[in-house]
Amino acid sequence: MTLTLTPNLQNPDDFYAALLRAHDGLSEEETHALNARLVLILANHIGDLTTLEAALAAARGTSVKKADATTQ
Amino acid sequence: MMGLGFDGRVFEDNFLIADIRAKADFPIERRFWFDPAFNPGQTALMHRQPDDVWRLDFQLGWDIDRKAELNDDKVRARVRGMIGEGIDFNLVWTSIYTFRCCTMDEYVHGPVIFAGDSAHQVSPFGARGCNGGIQDADNLAWKLDLVCKGAAPKSLIDSYHLERKEAGLENIKNSSRSADFLTPRSPAHALFRDAVLDLVEQQPFARPMVNSGRLSSPCFYAQGRLFGEDALDGPLRSAPGSPAPDCPVGDDFLLGILKSNAFMLLSIGLELPHNVDISGAILPAIVLPAKDDLLRKRYLGDNPQAIYLIRPDQHVAARWAEFDPQDVARALKQSTGRVS
Repeated sequence: MTLTLTPNLQNPDDFYAALLRAHDGLSEEETHALNARLVLILANHIGDLTTLEAALAAARGTSVKKADATTQ
Repeated sequence: MMGLGFDGRVFEDNFLIADIRAKADFPIERRFWFDPAFNPGQTALMHRQPDDVWRLDFQLGWDIDRKAELNDDKVRARVRGMIGEGIDFNLVWTSIYTFRCCTMDEYVHGPVIFAGDSAHQVSPFGARGCNGGIQDADNLAWKLDLVCKGAAPKSLIDSYHLERKEAGLENIKNSSRSADFLTPRSPAHALFRDAVLDLVEQQPFARPMVNSGRLSSPCFYAQGRLFGEDALDGPLRSAPGSPAPDCPVGDDFLLGILKSNAFMLLSIGLELPHNVDISGAILPAIVLPAKDDLLRKRYLGDNPQAIYLIRPDQHVAARWAEFDPQDVARALKQSTGRVS
């Protein structure tokens, strides 16, 4: 599965409005927590690690280091 | 003495162990708590030990007064908070531990060979320390034996480093991931850890992400140097390099039958004598019918029969669909480092 980065939402404005609605009335902390849960739910839906790594890289704007940090 | 380094990560956290003796009917399985009321913001663990002893483990955090935490009354109060009122207990042993995950660069330095905690250290989550050490010994013993007898070149010992470093890094990876889940190192790490814990009650998909330790399993060696051919279109889990999977065989278990201090052949669904002459070396052979379901599933797949060459540490060295002594001789040579 390759990561779709071309427009794919059936109705971008409806999704954007739904996303904002989901955050209405939340504190900053709650909003961050909701986003984190959302990321996990969407990641599980996608499932494929290569696709998810491509999405992480796209979101970060650079490539994300692949190996776990074993030293610091 | 040898001036060798030991690189890795120290985890900034302390854990209190309180072993108690108590007649209690707690569930026998290992139980893990995240942010329980009796240890807010931290984790706790309970598992059973022999003779009515229960191991309780409390995460304490980094900035603590060790002496104060080890005070009997304070420990007793923690225990009481965890197990509730109405259960008598004696404190058997208390201790505070920290951990680090690190490894040496090279495990073999001439005649000095490093194993267990002297070669690599991990967090206790997953039981990888002791298991890793025993697996080191399993890996080294037969190689040393062959080299000392002059039946294999000294270079066979180098494979100990290759294979066990691979296993050491795998253990460190898993153990560090568990520690990162238990002890988030940044606000972002804590955010996602808490998100997983928020989801688990309602969402089954999140449950496998909870990481309170991934139980140790032997390494599937990908360092192919010592492993011979895979001439069987068989299951991946028993391919050369794998730890031979266990399964019931009649009233016994396969790994109990595959006990040997030498290389041996496992023949499934194919008649072989109990001792097979391989270029002058006598190999013991275990011959089993292709009968038990799990044995078929784990060693045959769709094949009616298979021959496996098993190392003394019960890793699969090579496998074939047919028996040919020359194939076995070649694989045996490779597996004992007698190939330039």
